[in-house]
Amino acid sequence: MKRTLLALAASAAVLITAGAASAQEKTKACFIYVGPIGDFGWSYQHHQGALEMQEALGGEEKVELAYLESVPEGADAERALERFARSGCDIIFTTSFGYMDATNSVAGRFPDVKFEHATGFKREHPNVSTYNSKFHEGRYVQGVIAGHMSEAGVAGYIASFPIPEVVMGINAFVLGAQSVNPDFAVKVVWANTWFDPGKEADAAKVLIDQGVDIITQHTDSTAPMQVAAERGIKAFGQASDMIKFGPETQLTSIIDDWGHYYTERVKAVMDGTWEQVDVWEGMAEEHVVMAPYTNMPDDVKAQAEAIEAKIKSGEFDPFTGPINKQDGTQWLADGEVAEEGELLGLNFYVEGVDDTLPQ
Amino acid sequence: MRIELSKRPQQSKLFSALSPFLAFSLMVLAGAIIFAALGKNPVDGLYAYFIEPLREVWSLHELAIKAAPLILIAVGLSVCFMSSNWNIGAEGQFTIGAIFGAAIPLYFPDFQNATVLPLMLIFGALGGALYAAIPAILKARFNTNEILTSLMLVYVAQLVLDWLVRGPWRDPAAMSFPQAPRLHSWAVVPELFPMSGRANWGIVFAILAAIAVWFMLARTLKGFEVKVIGQSPRAGRFGGFSTARTIIFAFLLSGALAGLAGIVEVSGAIGRLQPQISPGYGFAAIIVAFLGRLNPLGIVAAGFVLALSYLGGEAAQIEIGVTDKTVRAFQGMLLFFVLACDTLIHYQIRIIRPVASAPPAATPAVEAARGND
Repeated sequence: MKRTLLALAASAAVLITAGAASAQEKTKACFIYVGPIGDFGWSYQHHQGALEMQEALGGEEKVELAYLESVPEGADAERALERFARSGCDIIFTTSFGYMDATNSVAGRFPDVKFEHATGFKREHPNVSTYNSKFHEGRYVQGVIAGHMSEAGVAGYIASFPIPEVVMGINAFVLGAQSVNPDFAVKVVWANTWFDPGKEADAAKVLIDQGVDIITQHTDSTAPMQVAAERGIKAFGQASDMIKFGPETQLTSIIDDWGHYYTERVKAVMDGTWEQVDVWEGMAEEHVVMAPYTNMPDDVKAQAEAIEAKIKSGEFDPFTGPINKQDGTQWLADGEVAEEGELLGLNFYVEGVDDTLPQ
Repeated sequence: MRIELSKRPQQSKLFSALSPFLAFSLMVLAGAIIFAALGKNPVDGLYAYFIEPLREVWSLHELAIKAAPLILIAVGLSVCFMSSNWNIGAEGQFTIGAIFGAAIPLYFPDFQNATVLPLMLIFGALGGALYAAIPAILKARFNTNEILTSLMLVYVAQLVLDWLVRGPWRDPAAMSFPQAPRLHSWAVVPELFPMSGRANWGIVFAILAAIAVWFMLARTLKGFEVKVIGQSPRAGRFGGFSTARTIIFAFLLSGALAGLAGIVEVSGAIGRLQPQISPGYGFAAIIVAFLGRLNPLGIVAAGFVLALSYLGGEAAQIEIGVTDKTVRAFQGMLLFFVLACDTLIHYQIRIIRPVASAPPAATPAVEAARGND
């Protein structure tokens, strides 16, 4: 027993000195994920970005990486963040909307630690930045493809939570599809989860039984892709390239590429140039990247590439009028482009969505 | 050679006391093997898991925050389980308690004085109790299976909360994101020692509730009634106790405590209603209740042990870089060893060796030897 205690004390001493030494040489970047890093969707992609950042900035010698998976968005998040802040993290990325209050509250107590909150809007302290991507740009391209590929003219959309980002995605998808087929409609199932393979698979089955012949998802597992593959219809991946899960099914996927943002921000910490920002970038900055266009005829592929190039160059914005709201009233006049502020709080559908938005 | 489990005539006092320590030693051993197999230093791993979270004051605060709802709910559940009422729906009662309690500051935002918080706590407990009354009345009147009804009502409660924070109670300043406005300062459960950490009065409520329920079970007629009905409803009826009344009592009590836990969590630890307010406390508390052997004082200890396993899990992920899967496996092992070692209280293990020289005909001798034990 005595020996164990000694060993414990010794290892404690080692840990403390090791911690002190590394604090001087290495930069410690910490990530908190809402799902498992093996979800092959949202959290997976953030983790890939983290690894890419570590690699780009000189590997383990320069950047120490720590992360916590599957942290619930309640009182646990604040504890997890506090532990990170106390364990010597120089910069902490909180990668889900539900961490917003916890991020700001811990940031207030640790003014020397930098915080980066994904998809939020609150920056209560100078050491809190927010960042997000214009995923809806990719959704528009998917819509264009769906408009060409769907024989039924109806796509199924597995949505997570009715927050602006998701509503924006549904609208962009419908607008893209309607640019090809004006009668195109979308059926939506709200899964009320970010990651639940069972629920997501059920939603996919229900939609397919209702006659949709293309599935797209705003949830993070590969289950819908696998169901679509079983049923022999086409589908779009989410957050990462899911081609492995549907080699003959995936048309394309919106890849969230966080790598260069993470590299840029951690580098800023290393150089001492970190400043508060609010970043919302899309295809132009390669924060949103389309997976290779597969399982479609060449002319559809050409159309998809053309619209992707237009969005990328800034020549076209998916939310350009004329666009009517779901009830038929006008939202955007001809040629009018939606303002970013309005999009970030978007809570209505455009025409062609076969669903009532949960309010 | 074979190994046999035979029931002890009486519970073993020795193993009652020894079993938690035995379980812990086995756990440490198995944990060390797992860490070593993953290529991590077992001492570092175990240190991060069991000691790191206890080393600093702020972390002790966090331990109290994590343990409080587990203990509060589990104490109530112990009364239910003791009386053979299988309330699996504490998670729902927790949620409804949070909704009832938080309704006061949300509907009367200008009502700000020292009476707000007590009212919220009372309403929280009331909400939980009312919600638990549904499966209770269904069982008492129609003999419905309370496991199913209470469990199903969990999902109903979560969807009600979801609807409220997306719709009627949504914070207009939240950019269409689903959350209720932040609670004002009078509506927040105060922190115990704000200088050193976040722990709030929740842990005090939990310990007081444990003591009160322990006293009720051990020293009062009501407690005796609960236990008798639980073990033998027929005997209870002969004794003049009403099964229906006990069902209602057990459910209302555990619902009230779960509801109190809910409002304390929302008002103290989170600060607002949002779609997710619990990482499954209502279900984890079932484990805590059994880990504490349905004894309220044991439950206090069990609540802290389970809370430590969450905190230790995070420390292990950060400090030595294992995944959360390892951490979950670890947690599962801890529970397994504790429950497995408790077997030794009721059973003894005997290794029966065949007598080397004797032919199979010697079995009667073995039987006789067994009789002498």
